[in-house]
Amino acid sequence: MTLMKKGAEANLHLEDFSDVLHPAGAGQVIVKHRISKRYRVPKLDLQLRESRTALEAKLFADAKVAGVPTPAVYEVDRVGMRIVMEFIEGKQVKLVLDRLNPAERGKLCHLIGRQIARLHRAGIVHGDLTTSNMILTRQGRVFFVDFGLGEYNPSLEARGVDLHLLKRALQSIHFRITDEAYRAVLAGYRREFGKGAGEVIERAEEIERRGRYIPKEERTWH
Amino acid sequence: MLFGINVLCLGIEGTAHTFGAGIVDSRGKILSNVSKVYVPPKGGIHPRDAAQFHAANAKPALDEALQRAKVKLNDIDLITFSAGPGLGPCLRTAATAARALSAWLRVPILGVNHCIAHVEIGRLTEGAEDPVTLYVSGGNTQVIAFDAGRYRVFGETLDIPIGNCLDVFAREVGLLHPGGPQVERLAREGKNYIPLPYVVKGMDLSFSGLMTEAVRRHRSGEDLRDLCFNLQETAFAALVEVTERAVAHTEKKEVMLTGGVAANKRLRGMLKLMAKEHGAKFFVPQMELCADNGGMIAWTGILAHEHGVRQRLEDTMVKQRWRTDEVDVPWRSRK
Repeated sequence: MTLMKKGAEANLHLEDFSDVLHPAGAGQVIVKHRISKRYRVPKLDLQLRESRTALEAKLFADAKVAGVPTPAVYEVDRVGMRIVMEFIEGKQVKLVLDRLNPAERGKLCHLIGRQIARLHRAGIVHGDLTTSNMILTRQGRVFFVDFGLGEYNPSLEARGVDLHLLKRALQSIHFRITDEAYRAVLAGYRREFGKGAGEVIERAEEIERRGRYIPKEERTWH
Repeated sequence: MLFGINVLCLGIEGTAHTFGAGIVDSRGKILSNVSKVYVPPKGGIHPRDAAQFHAANAKPALDEALQRAKVKLNDIDLITFSAGPGLGPCLRTAATAARALSAWLRVPILGVNHCIAHVEIGRLTEGAEDPVTLYVSGGNTQVIAFDAGRYRVFGETLDIPIGNCLDVFAREVGLLHPGGPQVERLAREGKNYIPLPYVVKGMDLSFSGLMTEAVRRHRSGEDLRDLCFNLQETAFAALVEVTERAVAHTEKKEVMLTGGVAANKRLRGMLKLMAKEHGAKFFVPQMELCADNGGMIAWTGILAHEHGVRQRLEDTMVKQRWRTDEVDVPWRSRK
């Protein structure tokens, strides 16, 4: 049992299929374990962990049906707060995005935008669109591997927040290429979402303007 | 130190309800730090009333700061002021005071970002080197960490700040301003768990739905102590979760809590536990420096001035929505 990643919310372990699920199985699996947080009161802690575990498993499956690559879920344990899922081999988009040449980067971002649109059309919002939650495989597929903050929400507002969050993530992690990357994401989003995409993008911009620290109608006084 | 000369800086704070005058030297010694806090007779802070309070209290605060520091006005080498973010009328009052002094004394003037000043004063007095900072007050809620040359925001509120959430809830249920301490006191007597909206959206937070629901529950007869307890537990868990995500992402080994809501013992306890689980050191500046104060504006101004940041008097307009990540911080990036 290897601890692959100690996240804020859950720990990811890389384990052998045969150890966790079935002795005849081969290969490796990811066990996502939502750990208890001592800083939360027990009831809130339990409620957050259980609802997030169950919901995430369901979102993985429905995203796949919508045409967005996600790891296959093998088992959901609502008592132990664990999801056993497919191990996706590839590279975090976070690590490759800045290094790609602009053409490749544009293609990758375009694909990401299309996949976000597929989620939204299926009534899903991701809730945590950052490049560290996306795995690029050798076949050029982009897997969304964390739906821990996702939800079923077809509202314009939720979709707008989703896009806004991705922009914020690009600004904080990929600040040198934010604009070109986000533009390509939006182009992909428009292409896949079709009619109504403009409305979502406008809402994302409105949410950005609503933010507390955005210069707006900045008046100057002397 | 500029060419080995000790610079004496007067910092003027005036972003919201506090008018502050602090005198700090370039060795980092806080010679005085005087704060005059506007308390509204009822309801919340009206920006215009707060600004009038600042105008009336500017001279007394300044006199007191000079007296306590045992220096004369003529000894001041640099004037700095809080240029944003904050309430327009308050910012402009503080800026006007700073400009008048700068012109009169013929010393340089510099506008300082209020949020960054909160981080810098904590780094100075607590010895934190590179913390993930949770800055929580009535006007701001941000998770700030230094990354690639700037202070970057790793999470912030999408609507109201946490201090505002607590204050408005308190007001709506009939408690006095500032409501935070009252909610904290009552929360200690709350026991029963009531599920309330817990909203973390990626790195960001939202408290308006939580506040509305808590008020609604009070109107439908839920026990106030239980509501205070659950309001705190829900809001603070979300704050700590977002801070924790920033710690996990940046892998920094220090966590700092600042802003007026840092006075809350429950929030301190929760954040301290989280820091411990990540093997990170935990810092909270003394409350006088967590709250808005002129000293932090003076110290941050000294850092900027020593690293070549200059402003002409005519460029000192205030920025109500000045973002933390828009500010150049040469004192950290050019090391």
